[in-house]
Amino acid sequence: MSTTTLTHDDAHHHETPTGWRRWLYSTNHKDIGTLYLLFALTMLFLGGASAMVIRAELFMPGIQLVDPDLYNNLVTNHALIMIFGAVMPAAAGLANWMIPMMIGAPDMALPRMNNLSFWILPAAATMLILSFVVPFFPGGGTQINTGWTLYPPLSIQVGMSMDFLIFAIHLLGASSILASINIIVTLLNMRAPGMKLMQMPMFCWTWLVTAFLLILVVPVLAGGVTMLLFDRHFGTSFFDAAGGGDPVLFQHLFWFFGHPEVYILLLPSIGVLSHVIPTFSRKPLFGYNSMVGAMLAVATIGMVVWAHHQYTVGMSLGAVTYFMIGTIIISIPVGLMIFNFIATMWRGAMTFETPMLFAIAIILMFTFGGLSGVMLAVVPADMQYHDSMFVVAHFHYVLMPGAVFGLFAGVFYWLPKWTGHMYDERLGKIFFWTNIVGFNITFFPQHFLGLAGMPRRIIDYNVMFTEFNVLSSFGAMIFGFSHLLLLYIVISTIRGGQKAKARAWEGADGLEWELDSPPTFHTWEVAPTIK
Amino acid sequence: MSAKAQSDDYFIPDPSPWPIVGMFSVFTMLMGVALTINGVGVGKWVIFAGLLLFAFLLYRWFRDVVDESLSNRYNKQVDTSFRMGMFWFIASEVFFFLSFFGALYYIRVIALPWLGGEGYLGSTQELLYPGFEAAWPSHGPGEMGGDFTPMGAWGIPAINTLILLTSGATITWAHWGLKVDNQKQLINGLIATVALGLIFVVLQMYEYGHAYADLNLTLGSGAYGSTFYMLTGFHGFHVTMGAIMLMAILGRSMKKHFSAHNHFAFEAVAWYWHFVDVVWLGLFVFVYWL
Amino acid sequence: MCSRFKETMGFALASSGLLGATGSQAEYGLNFVEPAAGVAQEIYDIHMMTMQVSTVLLLIVFGIVFYSLYYHRKSKGFEPDQNFHKSWFGNWSWVIVPVMVLGVDLTIASKADAVLKKVWVVPEGEKLMDVKVTGHQWWWEFDYLDHNIKVESRYIPQEKSEDLYLREVDNRLLLPNNTKVRFLHTSADVLHAFWVPALGFKKDAIPGYVTETWADLDREGVFRGQCAEICGTWHSRMPIVVEVVSQDKFDNWLEEQNQIKVAALAEASAGKTWSKDELMAKGEELYNTKCAACHQVSGLGLPPAFPALKASPIALGPVAAHLDIVLNGKEGTAMQAWGTMNDLEIAAIMTYERNAWDNNTGDVVQPADVKQAR
Ligand code: HEA
Ligand code: HEA
Ligand code: HEC
Ligand code: CUA
Ligand SMILES: [Cu+2]
Repeated sequence: MSTTTLTHDDAHHHETPTGWRRWLYSTNHKDIGTLYLLFALTMLFLGGASAMVIRAELFMPGIQLVDPDLYNNLVTNHALIMIFGAVMPAAAGLANWMIPMMIGAPDMALPRMNNLSFWILPAAATMLILSFVVPFFPGGGTQINTGWTLYPPLSIQVGMSMDFLIFAIHLLGASSILASINIIVTLLNMRAPGMKLMQMPMFCWTWLVTAFLLILVVPVLAGGVTMLLFDRHFGTSFFDAAGGGDPVLFQHLFWFFGHPEVYILLLPSIGVLSHVIPTFSRKPLFGYNSMVGAMLAVATIGMVVWAHHQYTVGMSLGAVTYFMIGTIIISIPVGLMIFNFIATMWRGAMTFETPMLFAIAIILMFTFGGLSGVMLAVVPADMQYHDSMFVVAHFHYVLMPGAVFGLFAGVFYWLPKWTGHMYDERLGKIFFWTNIVGFNITFFPQHFLGLAGMPRRIIDYNVMFTEFNVLSSFGAMIFGFSHLLLLYIVISTIRGGQKAKARAWEGADGLEWELDSPPTFHTWEVAPTIK
Repeated sequence: MSAKAQSDDYFIPDPSPWPIVGMFSVFTMLMGVALTINGVGVGKWVIFAGLLLFAFLLYRWFRDVVDESLSNRYNKQVDTSFRMGMFWFIASEVFFFLSFFGALYYIRVIALPWLGGEGYLGSTQELLYPGFEAAWPSHGPGEMGGDFTPMGAWGIPAINTLILLTSGATITWAHWGLKVDNQKQLINGLIATVALGLIFVVLQMYEYGHAYADLNLTLGSGAYGSTFYMLTGFHGFHVTMGAIMLMAILGRSMKKHFSAHNHFAFEAVAWYWHFVDVVWLGLFVFVYWL
Repeated sequence: MCSRFKETMGFALASSGLLGATGSQAEYGLNFVEPAAGVAQEIYDIHMMTMQVSTVLLLIVFGIVFYSLYYHRKSKGFEPDQNFHKSWFGNWSWVIVPVMVLGVDLTIASKADAVLKKVWVVPEGEKLMDVKVTGHQWWWEFDYLDHNIKVESRYIPQEKSEDLYLREVDNRLLLPNNTKVRFLHTSADVLHAFWVPALGFKKDAIPGYVTETWADLDREGVFRGQCAEICGTWHSRMPIVVEVVSQDKFDNWLEEQNQIKVAALAEASAGKTWSKDELMAKGEELYNTKCAACHQVSGLGLPPAFPALKASPIALGPVAAHLDIVLNGKEGTAMQAWGTMNDLEIAAIMTYERNAWDNNTGDVVQPADVKQAR
């Protein structure tokens, strides 16, 4: 802060704005981060509620609760809400809160745009929810029964709610791109003097790479759904063989986005782990450089292997061989990351607070999910696995541990910093255990369902699949209810609890821990100097 | 506007209503479009309302930015942030275009030959479209939209190429003027650029009219018509946006908002204009020529 | 002091307990079904191989992590080794680990590659039996291209199929044993996917395109599968049943089908005028198999997706418009063109639709009318 130019303007930007304007008009990275996180939590519950209906329907063979179109509508909405509504905004919330504090910057580089990228989200969510409910009104057309991949020609048959969904995706994309631009600029331009790129905290690195990925792939999705919109309404034939187009073209566009997207979901959580594990092992992160390298490799290779989701569409032998080998190769950098985490724990002095428990669970279960990913990557075998419950099991094993648990770990790890209160460790542990047990009971049996021949996205199944589905639905109920505990913990920590020290965890390291807990409204107005 | 009174602080704007207004305007516009394409009559008015709100918002938001800039509250670092922001925004646009170019490539190199029975899995043609020959330009085995004449490269498109290239030169010339504080050169350069941009758009519209009226080349003309209009249309939209931005910059130049050292807004628009220019070259080669 | 450790072990026990519990229920199918074709066996083997590799890798990771969790605890008084990442291992692990992983990767990839070639490339220079498989919303059409026989295959409602509900169809895909079959997949409307686990593959049916697969049948038996690509409302009701029989049996069946076909053709082209009752009876049966999936036996449909035909303005209105939508379908909706049926069948269905469910128009549509409208 400069002391020479104390003008009127300078004086009032140190006041904390109050009332509703503080939240609606905010240009403060912490407030916007909080908004993001609250939004994500709401969406987690919405997406989770639809998952509960899905699991309840699959509890027994037969059609009990919902009709087939509603079922698939729920599946579509569940996936989109979880991915675009819960995981990505939560990761963006962590980024907003932590990045400026970690790199010693007074705020995000473009604070007003930051607020815009948040506020687009509620608009997008409204569109998304409209696309879900419009069919229930007279004249609302048919429901979106395509799954989140929106493959034409089925998505061309759907009524007007598909248009709402397309616009929701445009909005979500715009929000992600703006947020990514902001993050990249902040990281490249706002680091405290003396902090080199290769000294950046790992969470910042993961977000830098994530933001690059977003900027490169989200526009392609937007382009794809725009073509879909034109095919639906303006007579074009991008995805229609009669006009020389090809439905598979949409799949390429979708997965050119979709595959990097899974790393977009994964990387921020990897970033969180890179802080949590060293903290509770009381030992610096093993292999900082190789971690950065691995991440760049994941992002680069991840951009060019998208067609492993389309092995069954009739590509040439050369193409599938290439996509298979490329996909399998990704296990190298990801394996290196996992290895670095284990090596960080190795010969450390570990304690097992909730964030650490989640971190360990992630290492074990994400590896599990990753290995089933490598099985999927093998083309001849994927001829069997594809579009079966085995795939559903794979991606929940990577998505829940790889993305959601990582975010949980981050929330528990930084909650003391944000609120100034320690959460109740005992409740945290109970939450962890019910969560983990519930999770495994839900998704482990789905592997067997898939191998035995149960396709995904079906509302009704033969009796031979009953046992595992019962088990899975039973686990899902435990899993679902365990999240109420999360809600309770978060609310009660915001409202009170044991005071947190500035350095809330004994082994924690980094600029963010030098600030008070909770930090003042504006932090690092004078940039710290990096040794 | 004293020259060297920049603050050392990184500029953090005050709480601002514009982002949330922006959200409402975009939401309203999209809502309107969704209603219109599904035949709901009020949709058009909803779009209109959204557009009005959007225009108002842009005006107010940029007015704030201009005020802040003129009162020298942006320091060097803020300027760098703006530049980087613009750069990465253009990068995302590049990939937006890439999806359409990718579609064109895919259809020409993979989908059509497949339909025409070439290469691996040749049975498509044999079983479904005996006699169909896959040659670009194509409207597919279903002959969508009836016979059409493809758009030639050496008429209006070639002229348009020249126009855009010239406009790239004029804006650079204007920039040189700005750098040496030559107000006249700046204004003239910008006027020329805007004019060229508008001529481009008008010619493009004329070309579309010609295509619809005389060539029977429509959005419904199968893969050729789809990719042709999608790519050129999306580009034309960008030129229009660019021209509007240029006009805004022209207005600001007339008000002497820019100095030889401090004119990020000008440069941002210039970058954007060059980007639109380069995309056109790609279009000319892949859509019209080859 | 030890309680944290116990919690961690509790997790391990819980998860391995789950493994054990599920492992004992082999009869429900824990793994791929037994292969019934040459390549399917190799696919099965590659699946087992990757699964074993994964299990070993998983055990290694679990082993190291749990060892570390146990010994390198603070509560056990372990001092963190702050120089671990600076040891030679720390310096070189970024090479060692990738090289080791690469080794495993290449092993998997090279094995997979060998199998892939066999799966992918339809053998050349041999006589394969061609079967064209067309997916429809929501039934399958099998076209024996070499024999000019078509089979329509639909799911059987629960009342009749009971335990085989969603696994049984009215007309199976009959194939002769010890034959190489080439499947040509396509679709009439949206994407579907042909999946019979015992044959070892799944392939998408793409409207407007044809994709190919092949199988080298080597076992007699009944093999079940179902559509594996979301195709709308009744995606769950597209079972596929392949029955592999001896060549003799297959030839007999072909002969039978041919006779049925000839008889049906003769009936349809007899040029006779049919009575309303005859048409209604025929129409009801046809309607209930072909149209009821969407428009329902009750004629009430499932609005808004599928309109009711009972009291529908089209079914009550002029015959020409009604005929048009049945013959040509409606672009961009699930209503397909039914013009592939013969004149008699269409006439029967139309008559039925115009008189059933209190529609009582009294109209009788004759095959000749349909012929004229085509
Ligand atoms: C966070 C999300 C996430 C992540 C990280 C991954 C990671 C991976 N995924 Fe997954 N995937 C999804 C989310 C994710 N996936 C989703 C959502 C779908 C379904 C979409 C849909 O259809 O709806 C999907 C589907 C999917 C398919 C398509 C299946 C099909 O539809 O037929 C494939 C096929 O190749 C695949 C492969 C992989 C691979 C190889 C990885 C790799 O990155 C994994 C790498 C990790 C490891 C390998 C473990 C750690 C490494 C070691 C311990 C070293 C030793 C390992 C070896 C030597 C092998 N995934
Ligand atoms: C980040 C992404 C993400 C997350 C977190 C989840 C979380 C969950 N998913 Fe989801 N899922 C996907 C991404 C995700 N999923 C995707 C991409 C698909 C593919 C879609 C497609 O095929 O198109 C899919 C599909 C999918 C299916 C397959 C449907 C089908 O193919 O037929 C199933 C079925 O079991 C399922 C279940 C669950 C469950 C039980 C959870 C649980 O983890 C949810 C737990 C959370 C909560 C439950 C919320 C909190 C609690 C409450 C709301 C209060 C308590 C309420 C009750 C108990 C009623 N998901
Ligand atoms: C896969 C689902 C499906 C099947 C099977 C199906 N239809 Fe339809 N049908 C539809 C749909 C969807 C529409 C609505 C089309 C529209 O939007 O106008 C429709 C519309 C109709 C209509 C017009 C009704 C109206 O009021 O608009 C008639 C008549 C009709 N179908 C007859 C038939 C006959 C006869 C058969 C069987 C031989 C049949 N349908 C089988 C899906 C189906
Ligand atoms: Cu046909 Cu799913
Ligand atoms: Cu993928």
